[in-house]
Amino acid sequence: MASKTEIARQFIEAIPHSRALGMQLTELSDGVAVIEMPYDSRLVGDPETGVIHGGAVSALMDTCCGAAVMSHPANPGGTATIDLRIDYMRAAKPGQRITARATCYHVTRSVAFVRATATDEDADNPVAAATGAFTVEGSR
Amino acid sequence: MKSPRRPPEPVQVIKQRRDATLRALVDGVPYIQFLGIRFERRGDELTGILPFDQKLIGNPMLPAIHGGVTAAFLEVTAIITLSWTYLWEDVESGAIDASGLETDGLPRLPKTIDISTDYLRSGLPRDAYARARIIRSGRRYASVHVEAWQDNRDRLFAQATGHFLMPQPRD
Repeated sequence: MASKTEIARQFIEAIPHSRALGMQLTELSDGVAVIEMPYDSRLVGDPETGVIHGGAVSALMDTCCGAAVMSHPANPGGTATIDLRIDYMRAAKPGQRITARATCYHVTRSVAFVRATATDEDADNPVAAATGAFTVEGSR
Repeated sequence: MKSPRRPPEPVQVIKQRRDATLRALVDGVPYIQFLGIRFERRGDELTGILPFDQKLIGNPMLPAIHGGVTAAFLEVTAIITLSWTYLWEDVESGAIDASGLETDGLPRLPKTIDISTDYLRSGLPRDAYARARIIRSGRRYASVHVEAWQDNRDRLFAQATGHFLMPQPRD
């Protein structure tokens, strides 16, 4: 029997938009997910500087937060985003991959609460931070 | 006393100028092209259009548009509308030459400080539309609300509020 973690990994890597952005799940366990997204010139938001568009960072954050929720032991099934807020602290360095790490830090019968940070290769200075609420689906 | 009034500009001149400004804003951004977002203009009102595409799917089971795509669509619509409004006066008065925008590049774009997206319904596998409203725009900061819908204008599938850092004049 495939573990829930393995099912979640397959589920995430089968998402057409996540594939289009080249997302790779590198860590997933008990409410924590790490997803990497390589630099891609198609995702540039400012042609003058080559900086990745905030929207692509949003897609990465949303996927990573959803994955964290699905991997939480208290969440029996799938999930959907209720709301997600993203703070952009600085521009990601052009040419560098972006790594998102999400933690699902609390789960009730209906809602999962998540925070996430995104970094480029300078892991000490986050590019963006996110907080969100997600649905908890199915019953225990 | 009254100086003779200038005749109104020919409609084609006005359209050419406004459409050139919009093209300069939208066509130069790779990520907007990647998602396939277009803008329709009526006077100064802009509507963002996200034509459905398989690569926008986030949940293959339903299927539904990826939440990140929805957030990106709202953010793009907010930034383009904000830039458009910011440029409008200068382009209309002739202080900025619209034909030069497309070749010489744009003034700096506003930068997102934060954006908060509410997912109200799942995004269905069909075209989506969005319009942004500038709540306040000062010299340094702007606050923008943006709404997105699919079949019915009154049934939003997502909305967002974002704060933006306005471009500062180059010295």
